[in-house]
Amino acid sequence: MEFETIIGLEVHAQMLTDTKIFCNCSTKFGGAPNSHTCPVCLGMPGVLPVLNKKVVEYAMMMALATNCTINPSNSFARKNYFYPDLPKGYQISQYAYPLAEHGYVWIDMDGKQKKIGITRIHMEEDAGKLIHDENNPFSYVDLNRTGVPLIEIVGEPDIRSPEEAAEYLKRLHEILVYLEICDGNMEEGSFRCDANVSIRPVGQKEFGTRTELKNMNSFRNVQRALEYEVKRQQYLVENGESIIQETRLWDDAQGATNSMRSKEEAHDYRYFPDPDLVKVVVDEDWITQIRESLPELPVAKRERFIREYQIPAYDAGVLTADKALALYYEDVVRLCGKPKQASNWVMGDVLRFLNEGKRDIRQCPISARSLADMINLIEEGTISGKMAKDIVEDMYHTGKPPQDIIREKGLVQITDEGELTETIKAIIDAHPVQLADYRGGREKLFGFFVGQVMKATQGKANPQLVNNLLKKMLAP
Amino acid sequence: MELHQLTIHELQKLIQNGEVSSTQITRSVFSRIDEVEERIHSYIRLMKDEALAAAARADEDIKNGNIRPLTGIPVALKDIVCTKGITTTCGSNILHNFVPPYDATVVEKLSAAGAVFVGKANMDEFAMGSSTETSFFGPTRNPWDLERIPGGSSGGSATAVAADECIASIGSDTGGSIRQPAALCGVVGLKPTYGRVSRFGLIAFASSLDQIGPFTKDVEDCAIMMNVLAGYDPRESTSVKMEVPDYRQFISRDISGWKVGIPKEYFVEGIDPEVSAAINGAIDTVKKCGGQCIDISLPHTQYSVAVYYIIAPAEASSNLARYDGVKYGFRASGERDLMEMYRKTRMEGFGEEVKRRIMIGTYALSAGYYDAYYGKASQVRALIRRDFDEAFRECDIILTPTTPTPAFKIGEKTDDPLQMYLSDIFTISTNLAGIPGISVPCGFTAAGLPIGVQFLAGHFEEGKLLQIASAFEKNAAIEKRRPSL
Amino acid sequence: MKLSTQDVEYVAKLARLEFTDAQKEKFTVQLNNILIYIEKLGELDTTGIAPMSHAIAVSNAFREDVERPSLGTKATLANAPDARGEFFRVPKVID
Repeated sequence: MEFETIIGLEVHAQMLTDTKIFCNCSTKFGGAPNSHTCPVCLGMPGVLPVLNKKVVEYAMMMALATNCTINPSNSFARKNYFYPDLPKGYQISQYAYPLAEHGYVWIDMDGKQKKIGITRIHMEEDAGKLIHDENNPFSYVDLNRTGVPLIEIVGEPDIRSPEEAAEYLKRLHEILVYLEICDGNMEEGSFRCDANVSIRPVGQKEFGTRTELKNMNSFRNVQRALEYEVKRQQYLVENGESIIQETRLWDDAQGATNSMRSKEEAHDYRYFPDPDLVKVVVDEDWITQIRESLPELPVAKRERFIREYQIPAYDAGVLTADKALALYYEDVVRLCGKPKQASNWVMGDVLRFLNEGKRDIRQCPISARSLADMINLIEEGTISGKMAKDIVEDMYHTGKPPQDIIREKGLVQITDEGELTETIKAIIDAHPVQLADYRGGREKLFGFFVGQVMKATQGKANPQLVNNLLKKMLAP
Repeated sequence: MELHQLTIHELQKLIQNGEVSSTQITRSVFSRIDEVEERIHSYIRLMKDEALAAAARADEDIKNGNIRPLTGIPVALKDIVCTKGITTTCGSNILHNFVPPYDATVVEKLSAAGAVFVGKANMDEFAMGSSTETSFFGPTRNPWDLERIPGGSSGGSATAVAADECIASIGSDTGGSIRQPAALCGVVGLKPTYGRVSRFGLIAFASSLDQIGPFTKDVEDCAIMMNVLAGYDPRESTSVKMEVPDYRQFISRDISGWKVGIPKEYFVEGIDPEVSAAINGAIDTVKKCGGQCIDISLPHTQYSVAVYYIIAPAEASSNLARYDGVKYGFRASGERDLMEMYRKTRMEGFGEEVKRRIMIGTYALSAGYYDAYYGKASQVRALIRRDFDEAFRECDIILTPTTPTPAFKIGEKTDDPLQMYLSDIFTISTNLAGIPGISVPCGFTAAGLPIGVQFLAGHFEEGKLLQIASAFEKNAAIEKRRPSL
Repeated sequence: MKLSTQDVEYVAKLARLEFTDAQKEKFTVQLNNILIYIEKLGELDTTGIAPMSHAIAVSNAFREDVERPSLGTKATLANAPDARGEFFRVPKVID
């Protein structure tokens, strides 16, 4: 039987604000346990939440960047359930009236564009952390994370394969990071994803029973977990067994999903409007203001790079995948005026060094100015491309500008005709046999002479000049 | 007259003239407490040492000429407002040992105004009750008849003022919890407009209904307290940014020509005849003051108790979910499983009435019932508010009895929750609509139990309430009585 | 009866409450009386009436994104019935 896979993703992204969503505590990761806490986020009696305006603005940025419609009036609700990491016994979230709805993003699958719908984006607070004691019947609660601002991006079940899911996630991640509203760190939980998966025989209209997957903390794991789960569901159906609607946890070591035995009776969250919080009213002016503050988004940047710099789509894709890299590239182009060369050097040597050193473009020792200077030095003929390969490596390790390296190593190209003519003459004199063969028709030997000249000049000879002089002097 | 029998404005004069010190007043209040507290039980916790220290500081201020609106005045706080470093229980076992690391905004404001805190007043557990019988710390008794309830939930705040165990006090009102005990104890009690007085630090019962307000010995004192309490608080999202007038300016002003609406739905069967007679007397007094009484209708009044007993428990079921034995307060001992810990802690930590309301509220919000209960109630709530909006187009003030009966006997209604709930019938719709209301003494029954008249006004019209209440107080010719204790 | 003893048990579990059998029966009766009283709302036609969840219509109450000092671990744990080191301690979840 042929099956179709149906996937819908729910992404939680932590907003990069300084303080929590409803109080003034720090959102920094890694503080001493229970140190980023106050009566409000601890849910002490009598305290009240007040919404952080920046969270609304950041959430609006994401909503606009993903083509959502912002609801002119949206509000918060309480999701009631008991758990030790939830100090109030309810989570403040948005339910009936979310911030934004009806959006989409485009994903690229082997050159084909596909639209993935976004059902809604809403704001909510994060819960704390529960640490289980392996040896004792206790758990330990750290409430630092409690109240950290999140947006939940609920996707439509438009995804048809684990690859598409990974691609969609990468797009969302890229946008969030571009907007500088989320650090995108999956390991620290700043970008998390749950997936709803079902399968159905091709041609069937109704959806199959779905399972919810959790605990996948990298793009790769999302894809692996989905691949596993799709296979598991197919196996069950093919063997006449039924799929149970349940939550399953991805086990990275095992490479499998496992049922999270229903911890509680059927979920009955008793959502109702939070009486302690008031409506968020968003007028056109506010939307316009946020829209105008949006930076250029990855897709637009990619298209502009192709158009403006005349570079291939692939190159544009690599250069815009990281906003800082795109910025670096554009700086280099601005300083040297040579987009194609800039792209070759950035995508080639620079990225290779960074990858080898596991460094970020922000930590690149070669400044955009240095790289641009080096490209100009090649164009001016001061150095050869071959020399530049060595120079750029030195630049990376020392952080020095190319001019310094050239001066220190005496690497300036020989462009003096008289000096080169002398050298070539000596070489021709030393190789009479080869000269005779060349003149006899073995034109391949031209390369041999070039090599000899370069060797004699330690690669410093201007290749164009060497060519011209050799042609002239080797001629019968 | 003893110092503890005086009002704020009387004491202020004495303080300003250098005739008495705050320490003298405070000592007088504590000697009164020594005398009567055992019989009444107004307080869960007395703060004698803190109070005397605060009085000494007040006396320094007085000496330096730094006299603020409440400098040196002994004030009681309902044990529902959080006090930094002072155990705050909300009348519950589940918070019996909770020491807040913060002050409620009203506590900060009262402190800044120079008040001396006498203690934390007794109350129904989590403010759920109309008789102060549900307190984990035992009931409070009505100073006018120790066999009777003082009303609730702010019973201790009302009796402390009525029995001169403080000069003024703070209560909270979710469905009548200030006005009803004020009426039953013969003192003045005001529930401000929702959003007028900060709720920050007020332990929540039903967040969309709760409001803090004062108990005082007369209307002028009420205005003085409101001057201190009212105002916008950025720590509360539902706080309203609106200028606060000087409420004292409304005292002793003329009300002639005012239209006073008498809602026919409040004068139905079930009202005690003595209450009815006293209210008719109050209507006459209002007329004597120049008020023009007109018949009005608040057609959805009969639904207010039903609406209230869905919305308040629903919000409460969620507000009280934080009492889980993890972060503060009581935890049942010896439980090895989380679920068992939760259930035992909450079973032993909460009293019966609180559990009953959590059950109603949880049910009303649970899957499949939301629309029929919470959803429906929220719609009818809108209708109740609309009734008031329309009524206030016709009249300036609405006059009603505060309660259908005078204080009932302790234990009389504890086994019939519905009957207990119905005793709030005249006060509940005010909270649903968010409007302000005041209860002022308007007479006594033959047995000597106080009766209160309630005035209601439109949103943020506390000034009007004080104006009519003050005019009424001056003209009512009610005999000045004190409970014989 | 609107509410059965089973309903009471379900709701009690949702609310993390526990009752003895005698309490359960008493509660079932009392809750039913209250629910029957509440039923009277059904008489009203509320079609098209916007529900009211707040007493006063306020909107856009915001706070600026400015950090203020936290309580600190010690004060955070000061009221805890069971704290170990820098954590609140609770019994484990047992399925």
